[in-house]
Amino acid sequence: MSYPANPRDIQLTAEGQLKHFLSISGLPKSLLTEILDTAESFANMGEQSVKKVPLLRGKTLVNLFFENSTRTRATFELAAKRLSADVLNLDIKTSSTAKGETLMDTLQNMEAMHADLFVVRHADSGAAHFIASQVTPQVAIINAGDGRHAHPTQAMLDMFTIRRHKGDFAGLKVAIVGDILHSRVARSQIRALTTLGVEEVRLVAPNTLLPAGVEDLGVQLYTRMEEGIRDVDVVIMLRLQKERMSGALLPSESEYYRLYGLTNDKLAYAHPDAIVMHPGPINRGVEIESAVADGPRSVILQQVGYGIAIRMAVMSMAVSGQMQERSQIS
Amino acid sequence: MSLTPELLQPSVLLDRLATALKSRMAEQGIEEPLLVGIYTGGYWVAEALRKRMQVNWPLGGLDTSFYRDDFSEKGLNPGVKSSNLPLATKDRHLILVDDVLMSGRTIRAAMNELFDYGRPASITLVTLLDLQRRELPIQPDLCGQAIDLATGQRIKLSGPDPLEFNLINLKEEGQA
Repeated sequence: MSYPANPRDIQLTAEGQLKHFLSISGLPKSLLTEILDTAESFANMGEQSVKKVPLLRGKTLVNLFFENSTRTRATFELAAKRLSADVLNLDIKTSSTAKGETLMDTLQNMEAMHADLFVVRHADSGAAHFIASQVTPQVAIINAGDGRHAHPTQAMLDMFTIRRHKGDFAGLKVAIVGDILHSRVARSQIRALTTLGVEEVRLVAPNTLLPAGVEDLGVQLYTRMEEGIRDVDVVIMLRLQKERMSGALLPSESEYYRLYGLTNDKLAYAHPDAIVMHPGPINRGVEIESAVADGPRSVILQQVGYGIAIRMAVMSMAVSGQMQERSQIS
Repeated sequence: MSLTPELLQPSVLLDRLATALKSRMAEQGIEEPLLVGIYTGGYWVAEALRKRMQVNWPLGGLDTSFYRDDFSEKGLNPGVKSSNLPLATKDRHLILVDDVLMSGRTIRAAMNELFDYGRPASITLVTLLDLQRRELPIQPDLCGQAIDLATGQRIKLSGPDPLEFNLINLKEEGQA
């Protein structure tokens, strides 16, 4: 499966509006800011006694999950329901060899049901691009995580969290710590952080967990945690993805924790106002100490709540882009 | 600047409305209603009215973007602001304020949104201008001035200081 040459072509309408949300790559700063601003107004909806807006009334969203997920699927479902859309959840187990056929068959069935929006999670990189480019015109595709490639809504909710707690992106130093190699979240975060113009993005990991060529993304690499998080404003911890590991990438979990686990002792190297983030689910005692995860500088639970607002923003913007494009064609 | 011979200045209309609104609330025995201005122009008008009436009624702002009926045609308004109501609307008397009333569709969206915050005791609709081109059965309770414009003309309020009317010719701007 190959990616289209220029993802911008496929994610944006001719007017530059979002119509699919597949990856951060190719999206301009102004659009990322628009997503954050739109999410901001959804985030404030909590004061309404009816926590719902009629924006996607009569639209149908299909959650196509080819890979397990708890919170991502739940927040997409809740976000869609708060936009008054109808939601269908499909868990599809598939082997990678049968993938092409299964995917096509499933999609044709969904198309026949007149779905307006597919939220796709798949173990293969490029699955969401593939669907958006070849299968379903006029249906908005949102990537909810594809292999090691991208998880753009998670990255945007992280950006939302940073903006809420730190105000502006300019001048910020952000460290992403841990299993960068297996992390689609990290790839999307790096793109989003550099596009939004933070001062410095640092990756902190053992050499075995850093993907080849990652320095080309405009980041600083550190193998020692104490140096890597020194004076940073934001520490983003990543989950150690044991289920994706093959071969001897790590000596042991306890060794990893000793070197890269975020403890209060290590956090002392960061800026005194630094916030601690984690996309979840957290492995306590593997990449983060409970005292930090539950501590005053942790914003991990706020991140989950912001995820709903970000997903509402992305879904309504993508459906809006699709409808605009459709009305221009007809 | 006078745009059409009969159109009065916003300040004159505000004086008129402030007097009328204050006495209307007194007549109805409503002591502290919640002013709700529709962003952006309606919010400016609500602010200006509060100042002229010399009252401390609470003031909130409403963005109706998520409730509009033209989402399918026009999509999402890129500059969505957060609605911000300082108090619960349940059982409260509300004064809904907009700058220019035309089709009535914005007011329909605003009322739907207000009801999602709770069931108000009453809603009084106040607008600075009425262009009298209604597409829905909605009428203002108080209106500064009702005028007729030529087809393709609109009036937009700029502000907040000073509040001024601007005549817009849709055909000239190519957005008819």
